[in-house]
Amino acid sequence: MSPLLEVEDLRVTFQTEDGLVHAVDGISYSVDIGKTLGIVGESGSGKSVTSLTTLGLTRARNTKIEGRIMWDGEDLTTAPEDKMRRVRGNDIAMIFQDPLSSLHPFYKVGWQLMEAMQTHREISKHAAHERAAELLELVGIPDPRKRVNQYPHEFSGGMRQRVMIAMALANEPKLLIADEPTTALDVTVQAQILALLDDLQSRLGMAIIIITHDLGVVAETADEIAVMYAGRIIEHGSTEQVFHAPQHPYTWGLLKSIPRLDTVRNEELVPISGRPPSLIHRPSGCFFHPRCPYVREAHRRIDPKLESVAAGEEHEVACLLPPTVRSRIWNGLRSGASPASLRHLVTEEDQVAAQPLVGEVGE
Amino acid sequence: MTATNNSIIEVRDLTKHFPITQGILFQRQIGAVKAVDGISFDVKAGETLGLVGETGCGKSTTARLLCRLMDPTSGAVLFEGEGIARRKGASLKALHRELQIIFQDPFSSLNPRKTVGSIIAEPFAIHGMYKGEGDRKKHVQDLMDRVGLNPEHYNRYPHEFSGGQRQRIGVARAIALEPRVLIADEPVSALDVSIQAQVLNLLKRLQREMGLTLIFISHDLSVVRHMCDRVAVMYLGKIVELAPSEALYHFPRHPYSGALLSAVPVADPTGGKRRRTILTGDVPSPANPPVACRFHTRCPKAKEPCWTEEPLLEDKGSGSLAACHFPLTEEEVALQLPAALTQAHASPSA
Repeated sequence: MSPLLEVEDLRVTFQTEDGLVHAVDGISYSVDIGKTLGIVGESGSGKSVTSLTTLGLTRARNTKIEGRIMWDGEDLTTAPEDKMRRVRGNDIAMIFQDPLSSLHPFYKVGWQLMEAMQTHREISKHAAHERAAELLELVGIPDPRKRVNQYPHEFSGGMRQRVMIAMALANEPKLLIADEPTTALDVTVQAQILALLDDLQSRLGMAIIIITHDLGVVAETADEIAVMYAGRIIEHGSTEQVFHAPQHPYTWGLLKSIPRLDTVRNEELVPISGRPPSLIHRPSGCFFHPRCPYVREAHRRIDPKLESVAAGEEHEVACLLPPTVRSRIWNGLRSGASPASLRHLVTEEDQVAAQPLVGEVGE
Repeated sequence: MTATNNSIIEVRDLTKHFPITQGILFQRQIGAVKAVDGISFDVKAGETLGLVGETGCGKSTTARLLCRLMDPTSGAVLFEGEGIARRKGASLKALHRELQIIFQDPFSSLNPRKTVGSIIAEPFAIHGMYKGEGDRKKHVQDLMDRVGLNPEHYNRYPHEFSGGQRQRIGVARAIALEPRVLIADEPVSALDVSIQAQVLNLLKRLQREMGLTLIFISHDLSVVRHMCDRVAVMYLGKIVELAPSEALYHFPRHPYSGALLSAVPVADPTGGKRRRTILTGDVPSPANPPVACRFHTRCPKAKEPCWTEEPLLEDKGSGSLAACHFPLTEEEVALQLPAALTQAHASPSA
């Protein structure tokens, strides 16, 4: 069975006054029917641009899009605008991060839901109105017949996000892209929304791409995870693989720098030094080398490719460290050793003297 | 942790109501948003007290009341046994030397027209310290070095710094006067994940070095657990549970604390499975909170007398204070919390 969506070597660059921004730099992934892909990364890692490009929302004169986004036998990067209009909101729907600014304040919620339906199909006003109320009920909004005639400001943050989900589901999409769907919400509401997405997925059988910076959210929702850094996927694997045997130093950094409820309380946080690189003036070699505690001289020159961890495995990583060293470092980190104390594993491996880089901030 | 029993701050029945008015010329009050509604707690010298809760529970208002950026409607805040409500002039200034605050948003809490040097020197100017040009600059650069900023960036403007660095500027400004109490209002929630740890570690280090008392406000329960010795859980302007960190996270007594903990996603695909308590509905409006126990509208355990009688914040054993008629039992907690949380408690090598 071929995947529902297949992204191949996608590159998106923006020409700006400051220079060429390499927002997405050669990424490939696919999503299968009924599965959830989690895309994890910090601000500026290109995770949102990827999904906006899938929907044809980054097309502009200063944008250059290369590669292919295959959907239903067609390449969405070159598809004509009227085809995109048919796909967008119909086959592929998107939920945005900020539910307040994604709803139109002047129109009733029901009207906005009806518009989403009437754009894509012949449906009478009455039937659309009925269905709008049904959708609100589906996403768990109490008293849907009354709510359908209210304005967005009459809804709380969590309820607005439910409206956004209802709107995305209006045309029973095959793929739902959720861009930080819970970032603006409180934890108890976040739990409600994630449970709702899970429930809807099992009932409607759609595929979901969930984009987030929260490792907890992906751990609980995704089947597969892609970790993005500076416009590239640097690690990709099943959720179990990425959480239990992470391979990339950046993934280690993310996992060790967040306080977690399931570890010992006073365990020291190990922050990633420095900050994400500029997408205009990118570092040489491995993009992560200025922040990597295990950097070797060669890493500043050689650009790693995303390759399988072991032959035939789905777990992929873009890292120049030898796999044996990586697993020894992760084992060390997991038992609480500091990155500095594990550096010798790298230097022992090869006698090439590597000067530790002075990070911007050592905290 | 709680080395001494001296309370540096005592909060007694603190209340802040914001009036809701109607009419333009002759405004009359038609109601009040009860942001903080009768809370009492002590902060011990040298400890870190966490305030957690969801949007609108009154945690930021509490922070502002504590350092008198706002005046309370009623109740008192005592700093070292003395009320702060009537202070003004020199005595208020003296209070602010001891008690400083770091704000949530590092983008709007720094004046964009001032250089970093003059932002950090502002407290010195206000308090007339280090009057000599060179002297002041030296102290500012010491501070910058201390919070991990490059002292050579003295003459740069806030926009030239990243979010994490700006938060460091905020920290440098707050510790300039060597205060004894530092209030951090959501200090890391605007920062990227890889940067959060840098600022949290910085706060912990400064606390160690300066013997600071820290009041740490956050909606992120994992961060609060990492930082705090004791935690107060707030809901709609009330404290519903006040407990030592370990006790709260392993055996929450109030159903709301239990639901909050149960809702936190755990970054472990196998260890996180549990029967979630998912609260239905939203937080009610603080302008019109439910009567008696404010949580009864969303509480899975609510029954008579939850809607007739307000529960008091009382000792429920193991050092936890909770305001609940029917506190959670061990079986209930075991069901709804991630297994990993109780395991982490048992085996420190997790």
